[in-house]
Amino acid sequence: MVPLSVLQRDPDDRVQILDEDGGVVDGATVPDLADDEFVEMYRYLKLGRHFDQRAVSLQRQGRMGTYPPMAGQEASQVGSAMALSAGDWTFPSYREHLALAVRGWSLADDLLYWMGNEAGNAPPEDVKVFSMAVPIATQIPHATGAAWAAKLRGEDTVVLTYFGDGATSEGDFHEGLNFAGVFDVPAVFFCNNNQWAISLPRERQTASATLAGKADAYGFDGVQVDGMDPLAVYQVTQEAVAKARDPPEGDLRPTLVEAVQYRFGAHTTADDPSVYREDEEVERWKDKDPIPRLEGFLRERGVLDDELVVRIEESVSEEVANAIETAESTERPSPEELFANVYAEMPQRLEQQLQYLRDLRERHGDEELFQ
Amino acid sequence: MSTERSSQNLTLVQAVRDGLYGEMARDEDVLVMGEDVGRNGGVFRATQGLYEEFGADRVVDTPLAESGIVGTAIGMAAYGLRPVPELQFAGFMYPGFDQIVSHAARLRTRSRGRYTCPITIRAPYGGGIRAPEHHSESKEAFYTHEPGLQVVVPSTPSDAKGLLAAAIRDPDPVVFLEPKLIYRAFREAVPEESYTTELGTAERRREGEDVSVFTWGAMVRPTMEAAEELADEGVDVEVVDLRTLKPMDTDAVVASFEKTGRAAVVHEAPKTGGLAGEIIATIQEESLLYQKAPIARVTGFDVPFPLYALEDYYLPETARIKDGITDAVEF
Repeated sequence: MVPLSVLQRDPDDRVQILDEDGGVVDGATVPDLADDEFVEMYRYLKLGRHFDQRAVSLQRQGRMGTYPPMAGQEASQVGSAMALSAGDWTFPSYREHLALAVRGWSLADDLLYWMGNEAGNAPPEDVKVFSMAVPIATQIPHATGAAWAAKLRGEDTVVLTYFGDGATSEGDFHEGLNFAGVFDVPAVFFCNNNQWAISLPRERQTASATLAGKADAYGFDGVQVDGMDPLAVYQVTQEAVAKARDPPEGDLRPTLVEAVQYRFGAHTTADDPSVYREDEEVERWKDKDPIPRLEGFLRERGVLDDELVVRIEESVSEEVANAIETAESTERPSPEELFANVYAEMPQRLEQQLQYLRDLRERHGDEELFQ
Repeated sequence: MSTERSSQNLTLVQAVRDGLYGEMARDEDVLVMGEDVGRNGGVFRATQGLYEEFGADRVVDTPLAESGIVGTAIGMAAYGLRPVPELQFAGFMYPGFDQIVSHAARLRTRSRGRYTCPITIRAPYGGGIRAPEHHSESKEAFYTHEPGLQVVVPSTPSDAKGLLAAAIRDPDPVVFLEPKLIYRAFREAVPEESYTTELGTAERRREGEDVSVFTWGAMVRPTMEAAEELADEGVDVEVVDLRTLKPMDTDAVVASFEKTGRAAVVHEAPKTGGLAGEIIATIQEESLLYQKAPIARVTGFDVPFPLYALEDYYLPETARIKDGITDAVEF
């Protein structure tokens, strides 16, 4: 008998490969990755965790504005991003700092964005990542549209979009997934269910038993995966991507992936989770921390030892320090940037307003303007 | 028991909370609903302690869905309750926009008075707090443009409490925009008991003879600063805080303008289609023969609100406001 694709499993049957100690669970198949790819995956997890700590600290020191932390959620970002091909597209929300880095959008740009600098909002030309969405769930129909366009053009592209558990309550979630089913587009809807939409727990967000189960209503597969198991996330995403590209007879291309995970920190640095959840709960989920799990697996496999861990930690630390240095040494944007790129050609009215701003600065000087 | 009226020293956001508390205590049909308003007490703490006081049925943590929040509030209101939905940031109101403009605004009209929609939709709005993208816009003109809606923007703690109570007791829908830049900017004595501040009434914040400045929300403070600085230069500025943008207190606008014959309008929203145009047109209609100079508009630029590194250049501040007033005076 041909084994069932993980995508065809019952949504309640969560896909998992690594147990909490990094051992391989019974019956699971380890993805077919080379040793250096496993190590790369581990390095990305470490990079994300370290970046996150530094970013929160920058905010605390007043060197950066509000920042949405991702500690605990790295495996979902890395596992999914690594499963994409170079030509595939990512449509992120605002918490995918690490997924974007995997896809080639620099951490320095990410910092710049959260430092309020427009330069960080400009996707590099060679990076296939759409502008991040701060409003909730709005990127989902965009992803469906881009995937649809790729299909209309006969291209082999798959589009993966990230959103949270809260986003599944928005109308745009329904509309985006419904269109995806109707037009059978090559999209992967990747839900980072981190259990909390700011203060609202997952069970109060919807009466559905699972979020993955919502896919049933759109006519395509939904699968629940341990989102803190990078190997399981990789495997599930890879199958979803493969199916989007080349679906078996009678099967629709889209997949809803519910990656079950936990946000260890606050929703953003402006949030205080101690108001709405117990530390004990956080500690319980820390047992599923993806980093020691993958580390245990790699050590057992003989591709990681203390020396390599130290080297990785040093290189990650240096990479993040460089990103911070780059971001902080980037010039603040010129005030004239306010008027750039509003339209392809600047209308006369904006030219007049730009001139007014120039005159104003000339007359008063920036210091007096913003004392 | 003392008959003396007692007051408390509150910030604007505390006064909002106090206003909600008072109305909920006074009328059991009043309920608060929205994202994170319950157990969390609101992301700005505007509903802090209400959940503990009134329970989960009256301080409702909803799913993350603005159309759902406004739409269900409309249904509750039509059924007889007085919901006060909170939309977490004005920049995230748009999924609820259809419900606001297509239904809340016109339920009374289209049912020929049979059904009504006494809801007060609260939302923090405006720039200046180094917030992330989409958290800083001023879109009051979207709502003032819509027949059937009333739009309120308080600029002081005591107004926030009184206007909120008036909005909640009003038989028609109110969009209540709270300038988050001044949520905690200063404290003021706010009466402890419930009271209402009449909707549709402006408040003169400074009396002057030379020029009238019309403004609201977070722009009142830099406008007052500009007025004080201009006083040192011999220009006597009158500052009128509109407080309710719809229905607007055009009597107050006209009376002030007819006294001074010169005016400026200050708002953070972009210039084109902003309320300054509406105010100036009203003055033209009512008081043309009193006009001594072009009326200045000191507004945000016609550009998307920038990320925060540039927001100080986007927002009108004291020097820019002074320039605008001076233009109106020196013409």
